[in-house]
Amino acid sequence: MTRSPVPRWVAALAVAAAVLVVLPVAGILARVDWSEFGSQVTSPGALTALGLSLRTAVVATAGCLLLGVPLGYALAVMRSRWRSVLRAVVLAPLVLPPVVGGLALLYAFGRRGLLGSVFNHFGITVAFTTTAVIIAQTFVAMPFMVLTTESAVAARGTRQEAIARMYGASRSRTLWTVTLPALGPALGAGTVLSFARAIGEFGATLTFAGSLEGVTRTAPLEIYLQREIEPGAAVALSLVLLIVAVAVVAVAYRPLTRAAS
Amino acid sequence: MKRRIAASLILGTALTLAACSTPAENDSQAPRPSATATSPVAVEQVSLDVFAAASLTDVFTQLGSEFEAAHPGVTVTFTFGGSSDLSAQINELAPADVFASANEKQMEVASDHVVGEPQIFTQNMLTIAVGSGNPKHIASLADLTSKDVVTVICAEQVPCGSAALKLFEAEGISVTPASEEANVTDVLGKVAAGEADAGLVYVTDINRAQGVEGVAIEGADAAINRYPIAVMDTGDAADAAATFVAFVQSARGQELLADAGFLPAS
Repeated sequence: MTRSPVPRWVAALAVAAAVLVVLPVAGILARVDWSEFGSQVTSPGALTALGLSLRTAVVATAGCLLLGVPLGYALAVMRSRWRSVLRAVVLAPLVLPPVVGGLALLYAFGRRGLLGSVFNHFGITVAFTTTAVIIAQTFVAMPFMVLTTESAVAARGTRQEAIARMYGASRSRTLWTVTLPALGPALGAGTVLSFARAIGEFGATLTFAGSLEGVTRTAPLEIYLQREIEPGAAVALSLVLLIVAVAVVAVAYRPLTRAAS
Repeated sequence: MKRRIAASLILGTALTLAACSTPAENDSQAPRPSATATSPVAVEQVSLDVFAAASLTDVFTQLGSEFEAAHPGVTVTFTFGGSSDLSAQINELAPADVFASANEKQMEVASDHVVGEPQIFTQNMLTIAVGSGNPKHIASLADLTSKDVVTVICAEQVPCGSAALKLFEAEGISVTPASEEANVTDVLGKVAAGEADAGLVYVTDINRAQGVEGVAIEGADAAINRYPIAVMDTGDAADAAATFVAFVQSARGQELLADAGFLPAS
């Protein structure tokens, strides 16, 4: 056996940390009724919810790419002293309790909200629509895209862009041919993480969007409902989301760790 | 020397983990004072754990303090929550002495741990929750069929939802809800926030929410929720539990329930 440089007490703490995370996963696995699993995850309610989750998360991820990348880029090259304040506010959804995010969205886009009351005036209501679900998912997922873009841009600097500009490339051309290709791996990781966060969104959707089958009841909300009536079905659907989460993180972190080593 | 430090650190970690895990297992249960061991001279100390449906929060809290005043040495600790959550916790052996459920189904779910027979101690029925001042002038269930009224109800699988559908059926109307929430609190929240114009909630929910008022439903007694209460074998204070159950059913207990808007048991 090779001698590890890690002190034994660090190893003990590492084991304790791993147990803390692995045990709940094992708990879900232990509660799955495998004979019922197939029918539980393919029940009409579950399929509708999974389909809705998939569609909304794809749109929300596209929204994150469209909006989050420019914001992350802007944060990286910004030279104002307000940068750290702006970054803190933009990243807040990462650490905000879910229900707080829901209330915040309600007060912005709800019928009596800042923007919602203007919308309402023109007869547009966001609440209880699939749009509300997508807004909530984009809100919570975008920080991942902003964060990965910003750190990637900051890490490589803007020297190549300066050269491209010197040779006469327009700003847009420089962005498409120099910056974005170089950011590829980071954008890939950001996309996958944003998608995973979007598909797992629960609190903001519950508070802000409502829960109607096929319209706003995404997989996490279906789990929340099933937990009240058929805990077995909730466990089965939970396992599906758990598998998605683990798969996504495994895919997203592989290029990063390889690049680091 | 080094080894001893490492050992003590590992021991410390283990202890911390042990300390962490205790409240996590019974996270909905308050610490149980073990005063019997520390003060043998005083009146015998009993800790009574009552698991009760969320709709009973206000009235049971009051009931509990009156019970404590009448029974020195007894400390009542409440765990309020959705009846289905509570029954699930009891089935996971959460130390409940008494369980008061908002419906008979969840008492049935926890029936393995019921001591004796559950008693129906009160009833509740639905009402229409609307925003303060009733801006949409909703007067009856039939008004909820209007396209201008955004209505939210519970999902049909949960008791408040099945009761709502029963009333729609009795009235011969069909309502298209904007949302079917998993519990009555989420329905109430949507109305209180102004997202929905109307929601079907229990009569007693109106008293606990701000910014909403109730519109009585004619014929609401067609869909009534019966609340059972029982002593549970998961606890360790059977005598106090039985006394508490009797107190809930006493004239004073029933008076407090009536004040909160609950209906008499029969």
